[in-house]
Amino acid sequence: MSTLASIQRLPRAAHTGRVTQFRVVLSEWTKLHSLRSTRWSLFAGILLTIAFPVLFAAVTSSHWGTMSAHERADRHPLDIALAGVNVSQLAIAVLGVLVITGEYSTGMIRASFTAVPKRLPVLWAKTVVFGVVSFLLMLPPVLIAFFASQAILSRHDLLQISFSHPGVARSVIGGAIYLMLVGIFALGIGAIVRNTAGGIATFAAIFFVIPPLMNILPTSWNNAISQYLPSEAGRQIFSLTHGAHSLAPWPGGLLFVGYCALTLAIAAVLLVRRDT
Amino acid sequence: MIEAQGLTKDYGDKRAVDGLTFSVRPGVVTGFLGPNGSGKSTTMRLILGLDAPTGGDVTVNGKHYRDHEAPLHEVGALLEARSVHTGRSAYNHLLALARTHGIPRSRVDELIDLVGLREVAKQRAGKFSLGMGQRLGIAAALLGDPSTVMLDEPVNGLDPEGIHWMRSLLKGLAGEGRTVFVSSHLMSEMSLTADHLIVIGRGRKIADTSTSEFLSAASGNVVRLRSPQAAELSRLLVAPDVTVEALEPGYLEVHGLTAVQIGDVAAANGIALHELTPQQASLEEAFMDLTREEIEFKAAELEPEEAVA
Ligand SMILES: Nc1ncnc2c1ncn2[C@@H]1O[C@H](COP(=O)(O)OP(=O)(O)OP(=O)(O)O)[C@@H](O)[C@H]1O
Ligand SMILES: [Mg+2]
Repeated sequence: MSTLASIQRLPRAAHTGRVTQFRVVLSEWTKLHSLRSTRWSLFAGILLTIAFPVLFAAVTSSHWGTMSAHERADRHPLDIALAGVNVSQLAIAVLGVLVITGEYSTGMIRASFTAVPKRLPVLWAKTVVFGVVSFLLMLPPVLIAFFASQAILSRHDLLQISFSHPGVARSVIGGAIYLMLVGIFALGIGAIVRNTAGGIATFAAIFFVIPPLMNILPTSWNNAISQYLPSEAGRQIFSLTHGAHSLAPWPGGLLFVGYCALTLAIAAVLLVRRDT
Repeated sequence: MIEAQGLTKDYGDKRAVDGLTFSVRPGVVTGFLGPNGSGKSTTMRLILGLDAPTGGDVTVNGKHYRDHEAPLHEVGALLEARSVHTGRSAYNHLLALARTHGIPRSRVDELIDLVGLREVAKQRAGKFSLGMGQRLGIAAALLGDPSTVMLDEPVNGLDPEGIHWMRSLLKGLAGEGRTVFVSSHLMSEMSLTADHLIVIGRGRKIADTSTSEFLSAASGNVVRLRSPQAAELSRLLVAPDVTVEALEPGYLEVHGLTAVQIGDVAAANGIALHELTPQQASLEEAFMDLTREEIEFKAAELEPEEAVA
């Protein structure tokens, strides 16, 4: 143990500070990038976003000759390019939950709310910082995934699609937007549940358990309801084609944004009311 | 300056803090004493607005804590439970807190040196020992150069050097005119540091007094004396509410009379006294006397039936 300073008087400091939303954003940026779990989750998100399409494209390319016409028709180049988003969303969601539940499990939240006792600036700052960081870090991977998978599939004319083809740029960039929104949604869930395991389980239930359960419903009900689920609405942001029973990209995307806003609003109300 | 008015907190049907009214003044160290579970930590969380009171009110420097524009300049707090992300370095922990108020990096460095964490500042706080974690908490509390310092059992986990350091730090802070509010259940520690004491038991205030008054009120009537005629004197002193105990031949401990009364009795009867010393009860004993009825978790006294079973 290092020795204590011989000065036992507290050095005086200029009281220039006042808590502002911008300062809380800077604080949250410091918090986010100073954790190893952040770096690992984002690294996993980037890797999965790129690796899956590359693998998918390579397998498709090598089996193309033996595939039936039906199977070939099923393979859409954009589905291949964005296959990673379906997987990496889990890494982003886990990180979104951890951004807030990590503070509850370690007790850090008490320090955060002592520094910012109005509390809400902390929630907004976390949302903004995590949203911006996840979008900026996921945009290059979706672009790389698109161009890399196209390059691997260059021998097959049927699987070629231009970035300038209507809807393609929107879908590819939409992949990064979707991941950002998934992260924000998960952050809101984390703030409501305040527990890492519970937050991840809740997210998984909403995104991976409820949608297949809808198949139990009569088809007409399923068709009517499923398109409004967060996962289905959100998926339209990065889907090129849209079925009869799914929303168009903008309505779907906006509905998903609405779900995120609702989750954050509930989190905000609870955050101010609850004891820590 | 901390002012509480009828402060009350229920957790479910458990009343943790029960109508506390007190004020903590600047310029002195105020000790906040109470047995385990008496509501000290809860009171401190209420002061910071981390928990909302069920009833009553508490302000710091005239405002609710959450209404201050720069809370870290008003109150620096060390809470009982660790409030640090285990995955973040000590330096980044302090930096993240500093940034909420625009406090410069140089201040973070200053505090890391002050609490002696320089060599481990870049290590993850999760690896810290109890004492190191405590020092980090103290650095965080002092970050904003606060006018009120509130520490929940700050010597917990500190080595003797750290305890000594803490003592002089607290006195120094009070000497600069700050409000210093420190909880403890170590009475001996408080008797060395605190100028004023607020004692609680089961969430209720039992005493609010200066340390010296508390000590003299508590010590009072235990006197030891040495006399060649101890046996005779003993007979003269014994009364219904006075007990005399022979500690060794010629050496007595008298409960229930002051030194003045004993000296007078001896003089009136021509008995020689070789020593007459009033005993200062330790703060610990005084505290135990005071809180005997209020102790939440008494060490279990076995009932005879239970002892058999
Ligand atoms: N968050 C909580 N939920 C439920 N009960 C609580 C909570 N916090 C405290 N209590 C209860 O309130 C009472 C007071 O607890 P508190 O921690 O304030 O006591 P304390 O004086 O700090 O004790 P110690 O000396 O052991 O630190 C205890 O009975 C405790 O069990
Ligand atoms: Mg306590």
